[in-house]
Amino acid sequence: MTDYIKDAILSGILETFEMTLFASLFSYIVGLPLGVILYATSKGRLLENRAVNGIIGFIVNVTRSLPFLILLVLLIPFTRFVVGSSIGTVASIVPLTVGAIPIVARMVESSLSEVNPGIIEAATSMGASPLYTIVHFIIPEATPSLLQGGAINVATVLGYSAMAGVIGGGGLGAIALQYGYYRYQKDVLWTTVALLILMVMLIQEIGIRLSKKTRKT
Amino acid sequence: MSNVFELTNVYKTYRNDGKEFTALKDVSLEVREGEIFGIIGMSGAGKSTLVRTLNRLEEVTEGTVKFYGKDLAALKARELREVRHSISMIFQGFNLVNQRTVLANVEQPLKIAGVPRKERKEKARQMLEIVGLLEKQDVYPARLSGGQKQRVAIARALAADPKVLLCDEATSALDPKITGEILDLLKKINQERKLTIVIITHEMSVVEKICDRVAIIDDGNLAEVGDVTDVFSNPQSKAAKKLVFPSNPFDPSDEDGQIVRIVFDGTQSNVPFIANLVEKTGLKVNILSANTRSVGGIGYGQMIIELPELARDRQTVIDFFKAGGLSVSEVGRND
Repeated sequence: MTDYIKDAILSGILETFEMTLFASLFSYIVGLPLGVILYATSKGRLLENRAVNGIIGFIVNVTRSLPFLILLVLLIPFTRFVVGSSIGTVASIVPLTVGAIPIVARMVESSLSEVNPGIIEAATSMGASPLYTIVHFIIPEATPSLLQGGAINVATVLGYSAMAGVIGGGGLGAIALQYGYYRYQKDVLWTTVALLILMVMLIQEIGIRLSKKTRKT
Repeated sequence: MSNVFELTNVYKTYRNDGKEFTALKDVSLEVREGEIFGIIGMSGAGKSTLVRTLNRLEEVTEGTVKFYGKDLAALKARELREVRHSISMIFQGFNLVNQRTVLANVEQPLKIAGVPRKERKEKARQMLEIVGLLEKQDVYPARLSGGQKQRVAIARALAADPKVLLCDEATSALDPKITGEILDLLKKINQERKLTIVIITHEMSVVEKICDRVAIIDDGNLAEVGDVTDVFSNPQSKAAKKLVFPSNPFDPSDEDGQIVRIVFDGTQSNVPFIANLVEKTGLKVNILSANTRSVGGIGYGQMIIELPELARDRQTVIDFFKAGGLSVSEVGRND
């Protein structure tokens, strides 16, 4: 492997981290409240609301069932509108975020649903409002599960980020595609694949440890 | 004495997929200030639904539930939350937040009521002191035993200085010894803090041990309500009799045999009336089962006996018991 490619791989690692970090962050900023709304408005929950749950649930299901590669292409005009360009590392953060939001929302919903309904009943009997119950009872109780789900989500975003290489995004995925696939450089291909696997494992490990550390049961 | 709760003709009907289920049928009762009021019934009788109408965790379909004269159904969401600070509740499953320390759990109702941090920590520690678990304040609930968890739940329930404490099968998940300790604690709190307590249970022993009055719920109906000593010594309804007297597992030794139940209360429980019967009449009876229970320190007992073969002798035995002030009633097979 030439020094040139080694440098490219090094900066690819950083770009992948950058994309994963920001896309995960932004997807949680939107996806966490969405997940909370999905949970709270579902049948039998604190703020049961069929219309809200139905509409958000529909949007989430539609975006989640689109293959990410298609979403990437569909979002090109939107990405251009948001960051002024549709290629490069920063530009890939936009579709990655959009693609991850519904996954985050469903993951959050499922974590919150695991909370013992008795705790919610206890909170209500103490005179807590629905919002107070969600913030001070349900979310704290679901924290270990939310963190575990978080690790899965970040790993998914990392996997998706490799796909962004197809439409001119940066990161390890782009390197694997350009050098490994188009130029038949098998060593580059396998190196990037190994790096991606390592990064996913690292994220999983951090997530599991955090989750275990916070779990008091 | 004023009434804490007043239920008038309460109905609760659940509708699910077009099917209707009536959990409460025309229940009217009152809970008096300062008493320990028991609500007992088989599982599925509607007692959990009933207790949840008291803090409006369940809305009633018909009828009214009044708390100190205020109709709960008429309250707006904010007013209801305010009222709920005065109506605490503990549960069979304890329902503590596992991700928070014992102290933080006890602080919760105070935090909801907007009590400043320093004050609420102090108050929460006082409450833990009352239940004898102050040294566990920094521990997480998972490290506690069931009895300790329920003590923390009681501390949490007391923190906001409620006027009444609702206990939903609070001791059903605990072993008899721990149940006894929790009941003693509740009794102590009732006496020292003049706290009205409503206890839901399916266990007779709980009602016997600490309740002043009891309501018996059977299939959504209020079968009987009254002082524990009255209801337990002289149950009127079928449901009450079933609870007070365990069913007779025995058949008469032959087809024509006759079985009766005799019931005696504290005033006769030290009289050896079976021995007296044999001595005075020379007739023998077969004791099929017998038990005694203590209600408020007075012994109550019942005995299932098979009478002699001859009708004349049977009457002699019945007359003998009746003369002694015991109540005698005929028991059918598997009654």
